[in-house]
Amino acid sequence: MKPTPSLITGAILTVFFLSLAGVSYLWTPFPVEQLDIGRKLQPPGSLFWLGTDHFGRDTASMLMVGARTSIGVAILAVGIGIGIGVPLGLAAAANHGSLFDEVIMRGNDLVFAFPALVIAILITAVFGPSAVNAILAIGIFNIPVFARISRGGALSLWTLDYVLAARVAGKRSFRISVEHILPNIANLLLVQGTIQFSLGILAEAGLSYVGLGAQPPTPSWGRMLADAQTMIYMAPRLAVFPGLAIVLMVLGLNLLGDGLRDHLDPRIRRLRQ
Amino acid sequence: MHKIPRTLAVAGLAALASLGTAEAAKTTITIGMQLEPPNLDPTGGAAAAIDEVVYANIFEGLTRFSADGSIRPALAESWDISGDGTVYTFRLRDGVTFHDGTTCDAEDVKFSLDRARAEDSTNAQKALFAGIADVSVIDPLTVQVTLQNPDGAFTTKMAWGDAVIVAPETIGQAATHPVGTGPFRFTNWVKGDRVEIDRNPDYWGEPVALESATFKFISDPTAAFSAMMAGDIDAFPGYPAQETLAQFEADPRFVVIIGSTEGETILSTNNKADLLSDVRVRKAIAHAIDRQAIIDGAMFGFGTPIGTHFAPHNPDYLDLTGLSAHDPDLSRQLLAEAGHGDGLTLRLMLPPPSYARRGGEIVAAQLREVGIETEISNLEWAQWLEQVFRNKDYDLTIVSHTEPSDINIYARPEYYFQYDNPEFQSLMADYAITADPGMRTALAHQLQTIIAEDYVNGYLFQLARTGVADAGINGLWKNAPTQANDLTGVHWSD
Amino acid sequence: MIRFLVTRLLSLCVSLIAASVVIFCVIEVIPGDPAAFMLGLNANPDTVAALREDLGLTGDALSRYFSWTTGMLTGDFGTSYTYRVPVSELVSDRLLVSLPLAVYALILSTALALPVGMIAAMRRGTLTDVGIMGTTQLGIAVPNFWFAMLLVLLFAVSLRLFSAGGFPGWDAGFLAGLKALTLPAVSLAFPQASILARITRSALLETLNQDYIRTARAKGLTERQTIVGHALRNALIPVMTIIGLQFAFLLAGAVIIENVFFLPGLGRLIFQGITQRDLVVVESVVMLLVFAVVMVNFLVDVAYAAIDPRLRIRT
Repeated sequence: MKPTPSLITGAILTVFFLSLAGVSYLWTPFPVEQLDIGRKLQPPGSLFWLGTDHFGRDTASMLMVGARTSIGVAILAVGIGIGIGVPLGLAAAANHGSLFDEVIMRGNDLVFAFPALVIAILITAVFGPSAVNAILAIGIFNIPVFARISRGGALSLWTLDYVLAARVAGKRSFRISVEHILPNIANLLLVQGTIQFSLGILAEAGLSYVGLGAQPPTPSWGRMLADAQTMIYMAPRLAVFPGLAIVLMVLGLNLLGDGLRDHLDPRIRRLRQ
Repeated sequence: MHKIPRTLAVAGLAALASLGTAEAAKTTITIGMQLEPPNLDPTGGAAAAIDEVVYANIFEGLTRFSADGSIRPALAESWDISGDGTVYTFRLRDGVTFHDGTTCDAEDVKFSLDRARAEDSTNAQKALFAGIADVSVIDPLTVQVTLQNPDGAFTTKMAWGDAVIVAPETIGQAATHPVGTGPFRFTNWVKGDRVEIDRNPDYWGEPVALESATFKFISDPTAAFSAMMAGDIDAFPGYPAQETLAQFEADPRFVVIIGSTEGETILSTNNKADLLSDVRVRKAIAHAIDRQAIIDGAMFGFGTPIGTHFAPHNPDYLDLTGLSAHDPDLSRQLLAEAGHGDGLTLRLMLPPPSYARRGGEIVAAQLREVGIETEISNLEWAQWLEQVFRNKDYDLTIVSHTEPSDINIYARPEYYFQYDNPEFQSLMADYAITADPGMRTALAHQLQTIIAEDYVNGYLFQLARTGVADAGINGLWKNAPTQANDLTGVHWSD
Repeated sequence: MIRFLVTRLLSLCVSLIAASVVIFCVIEVIPGDPAAFMLGLNANPDTVAALREDLGLTGDALSRYFSWTTGMLTGDFGTSYTYRVPVSELVSDRLLVSLPLAVYALILSTALALPVGMIAAMRRGTLTDVGIMGTTQLGIAVPNFWFAMLLVLLFAVSLRLFSAGGFPGWDAGFLAGLKALTLPAVSLAFPQASILARITRSALLETLNQDYIRTARAKGLTERQTIVGHALRNALIPVMTIIGLQFAFLLAGAVIIENVFFLPGLGRLIFQGITQRDLVVVESVVMLLVFAVVMVNFLVDVAYAAIDPRLRIRT
């Protein structure tokens, strides 16, 4: 199947931001830890491509390192969701109808019932604000998403002949889940992972915007927005560039997710129901 | 001492309210405040926002602060002090009534003072009343207060918001429905949004020009800016977004009011922490700091550099900034001498105000220049109080100490920066009982010099009070001798 | 059906008990003492102790848990430490802002999303469809607080059409209140509408493939008649579910938007409660929100089961 335009656009945007983050480990136009009050609020130019902020830091460099923070937090949060959610979902599907299944599903509903942002605020009130706690807060809400989707995907596979055959052959349900079910729901997880990744970027931006994400001097897009907010009238670019970065990154991931879904397996959509 | 701001407040009363009364002879005002008071009882909480609403407007004490910081008579018309300085006889004004119509007399004064110093008192500034040995009613308009020791500052202490006179019948509801003797009466409190007060027609003193006033709570600096610009707020005396002041200055609709506060903003240092008990390390930190960069970067130029813990507008202030001039080379050398040539890592805890958050980022960058890495933690006030202030589990923090003349905290070895110097403590004891102005100045200079030479804390700057107001408003306080929005002299020009 | 109801009710109760335990435990381990916070840096330790006594902060955790939960069952949510008024009073005040805001945003988003989603479905594959879908992709990607900042900049500061924020109260008049909630509602509604429009479109396309629609078409109905008359009704089920979820989100999830527009809403009450360690407010309000969501889910499940008996056996 030919890749759709949205898949291509999404892939390009995503690769662009991933490489920005990657390059920032090796090189940025200016060091981001270095403050120079004397050169604060410079307009964009040949020296500072996107200008400088209120501390005289180079905005372009901050955006590059900020991409690293956002992507890091969002990926690790997806990792938590997959790492805990998928085994739970598979186990629930393998024991369909049991008390365990019921507890997992009710637990999922319960997590969804908590107001996410409020819980994130509570978590940081207990452990203090940090990137790690932002990852935890976002990750917790990824768990039920992956548990539900892998359970749903697995349930429909459990009724297929070859899985039944494996069962009749005496394979334990753990082995069946790992050997037969998991590979078959990998596409599903990839697509959902992309979507949760983009939601994670948005969530990280929101958390750091209210001061609960990565702590200074680590740059993050959300905090750049918060810092820029009161200066929006003097230097609107300070609020515009990080905002655009968030929008483009999230847009890229969403397009990629949708494109992947259509491209990889048209059946996925039916499977998700 | 630093008063604890209440976080996150909200507000209302939109354009419509102000539009309706925008023209001529305006007698209402909407004051913006960053923090909402948790309650309205100034005798039962430390939040500065309580006093910012009720002080001088709703509640009055025996004495009061005036705009220039001097002490004036309030409910006490006059007073005599006995020869040995231990007995104060206050003569109360006649005809003073509370807002509920009851008379305010000597019994109310006795009740208020005894309540504040009682065993089970929940007064946040109980220390103000600790020197009182006895309060007795001589007649309905005369009260005699006996002190344990002479105290030249007693009438100043009685001017604090925590020492206002309250009535036993109404103090129970003061948290939600304050009843005082002031020129304004409490009318309404929409929680999370605004407090409304109106003129007290039965006020004993000169009637106020304003018919009513609204305090609107806007915590977000950007929202504060937008609300001022959009005309939702008439005056914002403690305006939180200094970076936008230039725009108000350029706009003829507004005036910018820059005053001073009693807030010494310091890089508080845990003097008992392993690495920081070495004076060379503290000295290295002091020389690593570029005060002007912090004032420019964190406060957008508003603030006066200080070199010790004393307010620059105080006549006894000694400029000691030279002792800790910006000198990164000296810092590196001192660190090497102290055995930290390879650098060291310290924890920097930052409470919410922007002077701390922004200042902290700049301090961290300056320390990094000389080889000191910092791990920054942004804390809420509640966490800061517990971890830094109570448990002393920190290396460095940035706080503005806003209590007037509070150099005495350096004589308290258990205080959170844990500075224990017997020489300072004995000098401080002398200072407290010295009355001769010349002697006091000499002692004050000595005290300031000792803490500066011991590099107890990093002394950064005196916090400025930045306010914005509609150009038509007169009579707002410029400086902040105490935390208040005294509206008694405020009026609109036509 | 009875059996289904009983099991669902039982699990509802178990969920609520589990939620209350989780909330209580989290609140218990939050560092920071409300009394110390209220009294500030100069307070004597015995003053703090006296205030703790006043506030009812003494006693062991277990008995406090039971007095909290039994209190809630009788409608007593405790008294706020900082404001010194009953929590229920605070909550009902805030609901007067949060509830209308959520409803307003929901109406805006639904009114925008349903027609737009339908048009996209009817003209699927055309440039209109691509344009709409592109805009909604953008709408999902825009952080709502950023969008709100831009709205304030444009409509309050530059054009002065709206005030920058705040809420005058409903006694200032219905229109004044509505006006104050307009910018916040728009900033909340735009991303929500984008999601909803996409779901409407895909739900419609889904039903359009089903047999009875083909029958309708075979009868010679136009595309519009088919969609409005038949497909829409069936597509409404997933759409309604999403609207329900969005409503729950809007009620408490507007914290950041409430901050930008300085609105005294429910989200900020919680936020403020956490920073001031007014924990009795935090635990009760969070519990209320969880209760609301769990109840909505329960009712939706029951409604579905009533419509479609097959759903009574969970899959």
